[in-house]
Amino acid sequence: MSVSRRRFLAAGATAAGAAALAPGLRLVDLATARSPEEAASSLNRWGLLIDADKCADGCRACVDACHTENGVSGHDRPETDPQWIRTVSVSDPQTGHSQQLPVMCQHCEEPPCVDVCPTGASFRRDDGIVLVDKHICIGCRYCMMACPYKARSFIHEQVTDQKPDMPRGKGTVESCTLCVHRVDRGDTQTACAEACAKEGHRAILFGDLNDADSEISRELKAHGGIQLRADLHLNTGVRYRGLS
Amino acid sequence: MAATPAQRYTLIDGRGPAYIGLLAVLGALVLIGLACAYTMEHNGHVITGMSNQVVWGTPHVFAVFLIVAASGALNVASIASVFGRRHYKPLTRLSGLLAIALLVGGLSVLVLDLGRPDRLIVAMTYYNFKSIFAWNIFLYVGFMVVVAVYLWMMFERRMNRFSKPAGLVAFLWRLILTTGTGSIFGFLVARQAYDAAIMAPMFIIMSFAFGLAIFLLVLMSTGRPLGKQLLGRLANLLGVFVASVLYFSLVFHLTNLYATQHHGVERFILLDGGIYTVAFWVGHIIVGGLFPLLLLYVTPRRSPALIALAAILVILGGLAQVYVIIIGGQVYPLDLFPGREVSSSFFDGVVANYTPSLPELGLGVGGFALALAVVAVAVRVLPFLPEDLSDHAVDPNHVPEPAPRAVEAGDTSAA
Repeated sequence: MSVSRRRFLAAGATAAGAAALAPGLRLVDLATARSPEEAASSLNRWGLLIDADKCADGCRACVDACHTENGVSGHDRPETDPQWIRTVSVSDPQTGHSQQLPVMCQHCEEPPCVDVCPTGASFRRDDGIVLVDKHICIGCRYCMMACPYKARSFIHEQVTDQKPDMPRGKGTVESCTLCVHRVDRGDTQTACAEACAKEGHRAILFGDLNDADSEISRELKAHGGIQLRADLHLNTGVRYRGLS
Repeated sequence: MAATPAQRYTLIDGRGPAYIGLLAVLGALVLIGLACAYTMEHNGHVITGMSNQVVWGTPHVFAVFLIVAASGALNVASIASVFGRRHYKPLTRLSGLLAIALLVGGLSVLVLDLGRPDRLIVAMTYYNFKSIFAWNIFLYVGFMVVVAVYLWMMFERRMNRFSKPAGLVAFLWRLILTTGTGSIFGFLVARQAYDAAIMAPMFIIMSFAFGLAIFLLVLMSTGRPLGKQLLGRLANLLGVFVASVLYFSLVFHLTNLYATQHHGVERFILLDGGIYTVAFWVGHIIVGGLFPLLLLYVTPRRSPALIALAAILVILGGLAQVYVIIIGGQVYPLDLFPGREVSSSFFDGVVANYTPSLPELGLGVGGFALALAVVAVAVRVLPFLPEDLSDHAVDPNHVPEPAPRAVEAGDTSAA
């Protein structure tokens, strides 16, 4: 997996060079599937739009789907079990207004986890997806100290039943990959967004923030969306709506 | 003015049962530490008190304490070489040795706590230069090299004349190093308990106090004759450092108390944080601050035993202070939705649980033991210690404190 990522990075640099040399060149349709050799491109910025008004109280469909998709299982030890996505209940002590919404890696444009990682294992792809290279993660957990969203989990014990698409290993850190294996396959849905739609809530919308015609861009343009901890100026790829 | 007398540096006698016993105890503690690290590595961090909420635990408390103390232990050498105080000159070799040994102990703990300690080579070959951890890898390794060169300049007679510039480099390096250690926390913008520029200078002043406290105890345990005035000077210095740590802690918390957004975390640490509040007030402030000051400045007869007690209290209080900073800062929840109340299955919005586990304590104590073992072996194989540290041996102009009876007799011959 890391080999292909390295290829992605190398080819990314080539692609960036090509784009600079040939301005105006019409690149391939961005929505189509890419071959593994083709680089993740900064022409895309993958993200999520989460509508808190549509997120149903007590529903955990997105959480279950994510963890099934990525082979993330626990040992009934909530303090050390990994959670790539969780539902958070938020209430206003002043008004008593309460709502639920899912929180996962926010795929920042300026990710603090990437800044602090000593080996560069935490990295951000050109298309905005923030990942951990499990081959060079030394398990120092500095990224977990730096993440404002508590998005990352440390693997505290032996993992079993790994998915071929999502290698995991004891002693390393992991988090939401925005279903990078699906993105690279050309799928148009993450597991969480798909499960939410299947439940009929459609509270999670996945798409390309750089494509003005994508549904997520149109929705954001029409109705807006906010970033969690916007005061940190991280320009997150995950946006929220209906948070009041 | 008479020149500083040439000091004779000698090996310690390592044949006695006390020395053998000390090495045996330290060796056993190091082995226990290694066994703890192996158990953690084999089973995963699930067997420790650490979790996804408290990602850095007791090993980090020991590691940071030792690393901070390491740079501080070099102070005595810096005072002699950089600031030209010749009374401290005979202590420079031990000061440099202790600096390296404490750093080795601290780094061993840090590395053995990694999720993948087997990937140390990765940490040495892949660098992200925006990471303070990556800078620190260079700063720590560089520190050992710089201090080793400095020691060589002191040991090798032909190189003695270079010991001042080497000492200056080592002094500047240690300031940068501790700035780097403090900035590991100071630069964490997302966490309420950290994110403060004052953490870098605060760590420097903490290093002065912790390093000198350990230095004093090691020096007193070597069995070399120790002058009352020399010991008194070191004790006065320790008092100044301890008071400075209290001052920095005061400013840090006062600044936070002024900003409404930090009231939550301050209330937690200072008022209702349970064990963390106790560790702060009883551990850091009383045991590590006020009580040593009392012993060092207020007691009428400052005996070596009281000075040693003060140094021990500074070390215990220092560990409590680092515990509050590292663990207390993490158990307090992240402010994901400022101004809202939150809850989740991932412990959002609640104070996290943390209890130090035996493997963590074993690893931390093992690091301490390793540092002391390095010192114990080094003073046996190389002449780090002056034969005589009594006041007249350190300073030819030394005037013994007149005994009360002598004063009456008018015997106050000047230097």
